[in-house]
Amino acid sequence: MRGKFSNAGERILAAIRKFLALIVMVGPTGFWLVLFVFVPLVFVVVISFMQRGDYGVEAGFSLQGYLSVFSALYGKTIGKSLLLALETTALCLLFGYPFAYCMTKAPKKMVSFLVLLIMMPFWVNSVIRIYAWRTLINDNGYLNMLLEALGLNTIHLMRTNGAILLGMVYELLPFAVLPLYNSLEKIDPSLLEAASDLGAKRHRPFLRVVLPLTMPGVFASTIQTFIPCLGLYYICNMMGGGTDLYIGQVIERQFLSEAHNWPFGSALSIILIVLTIVMMKQYTRIGSLEDMA
Amino acid sequence: MDQPIIRLTGVCKSYGDNEVVKDLNLEIMPGEFLTILGPSGCGKTTTLRMIAGFEEVTKGQVFLAGVDVADKKPYERDVNTVFQNYALFPHMNVFKNVAFGLVEQRIPKAEIKERVQAALKLVRLEGMDNRMPSQMSGGQKQRVAIARALVLKPKVLLLDEPLGALDLKLRKQMQHELKHLQQELGITFVYVTHDQEEALTMSDRIAVMNAGVMEQLGAPEQIYNHPATRFVADFIGESNIMEAYVDSITESGIKCVMEFGDFTIRRGDYADEEMLYICVRPENLRFTAEPVAGFNLFGKIKEHIFMGSICKTIVKLPNDQEVFRTAPPSDGLLPMDSVVHLSWRPTECSILRTKEEQIYNVIESSVEMEGFDARQIL
Repeated sequence: MRGKFSNAGERILAAIRKFLALIVMVGPTGFWLVLFVFVPLVFVVVISFMQRGDYGVEAGFSLQGYLSVFSALYGKTIGKSLLLALETTALCLLFGYPFAYCMTKAPKKMVSFLVLLIMMPFWVNSVIRIYAWRTLINDNGYLNMLLEALGLNTIHLMRTNGAILLGMVYELLPFAVLPLYNSLEKIDPSLLEAASDLGAKRHRPFLRVVLPLTMPGVFASTIQTFIPCLGLYYICNMMGGGTDLYIGQVIERQFLSEAHNWPFGSALSIILIVLTIVMMKQYTRIGSLEDMA
Repeated sequence: MDQPIIRLTGVCKSYGDNEVVKDLNLEIMPGEFLTILGPSGCGKTTTLRMIAGFEEVTKGQVFLAGVDVADKKPYERDVNTVFQNYALFPHMNVFKNVAFGLVEQRIPKAEIKERVQAALKLVRLEGMDNRMPSQMSGGQKQRVAIARALVLKPKVLLLDEPLGALDLKLRKQMQHELKHLQQELGITFVYVTHDQEEALTMSDRIAVMNAGVMEQLGAPEQIYNHPATRFVADFIGESNIMEAYVDSITESGIKCVMEFGDFTIRRGDYADEEMLYICVRPENLRFTAEPVAGFNLFGKIKEHIFMGSICKTIVKLPNDQEVFRTAPPSDGLLPMDSVVHLSWRPTECSILRTKEEQIYNVIESSVEMEGFDARQIL
């Protein structure tokens, strides 16, 4: 009998020890995640089901936040925002891939300089950099001054959707380049020699070897540009016309400016998060299929 | 005789001031198994890469089947390469890897399938079509790399240390398989390795390279038995290399003097005071208790090392140089520390000319100690 007791006691002790070890190892990260990810998210979920009030939110259950989202007006907003994210991602890949490719071909010393060029914008606050763009592309900004001096037609870019796209591509390009560079750099040069040796001419080694092998990088780049693009509302605010809102701007307005409709803003956020997760899930599925091919 | 399938004339390769390959002349015959052998950094891989078209030739010409290929890209050359690290496409399965070149040639699907299957059968990888390279062992990957190159039916297969990453047993097995494959297909193999045993086992001819220069070209027996340079003697197999110079030439023979000893050779067009390296293979060096006519060389038995099928006997010469003999252990061993006479059959030693002035001075100083019995310092 005694033996059995002590056995059980030992087992409990071991379990406690294991638990303590887990707390020590995972505790700090877990605490961090709970405090800054889980708790805010729960707030958002709870608020999305509450009633609208004078200061944003009031006690009481309501589905009004979600019902508003499904009005035709916001469907269009979501569609427009996804399109912007898609365009931004496509342009970032279009400019980022060749740039990353050139980086892998550049001499070693040059590479660190190029990486520096990519990282440098991060030293200045993003809002300030977008302001700088405004002075460049204003109707009487430096760009048009240059065009005029060259005897060309000036362009009206500021406060158009094109300006927003420009701002987004500018802001997110570094996030697209770095994963691409990473995956390009990992390719063993002898694979290209092998392809050439086996008869692949001109663009064929790139098409059959380099591109498929960098798909994980393309994938990472896409995620790193697409998702932030949906949320960077201040670029839309600063570059856009302000009449035709994007989803990030709509959400922002429910909390920070005139609208004061927290349940609606929260519901929009939740739907954006769910949409993003669903799309990424689909995308990863395609990505993993490509890996196998 | 056939026209050589590969001909290198005066080929040089340099990176800046660094000359990697110097004035290489080499003719490789159709159906031949030629090995380029040398230590790392000797220029052997560079030579192979110049034939494949991955490196440009700095000076000289490369001919493939009689055609100068100076401005031909790798995909325009009728040679295929098996890379040292296999260079399999990691995103393609075995079938797609092997089919890669055939797809580039726009060959119909049915024929591709047939040829890939045949190539996989050749390297004994039937049924592995769907494996990914990451799921294969080193030996299997190597077979895929060979199949991928052979499926295109090249005139020449270039192999860059293909067995370097395999363990010893697998390497031996692959050596035989490769040799059989080559004989079966009748394709010319140009094989680069630093492993002299591999070279001796597999090759029809061996080109020994050192520091960018081809030191000797010949059949394995010729390279082993009659090395042309001190480097070759030292690099291929094991050698006892002793220094000597020609002391006097008389009717009865040529007397060669070494440090603390001398010996007489019967013939040879050597000049007076010419410096020589005497290379004797360990199996050909003899240690006897009684003196042998023509030899006046001593040493003292220092160690017997039992090595299984053979026994190695190390003898110290008066100048502290160590030489050794390998023989079956049953041959009977002379007692330790006994003074023995060194000798060899004239046909079983290689005498190489050299310009090392130092040899003369060293030996001369030992000769000056006249009346001195070498046996005393042993």
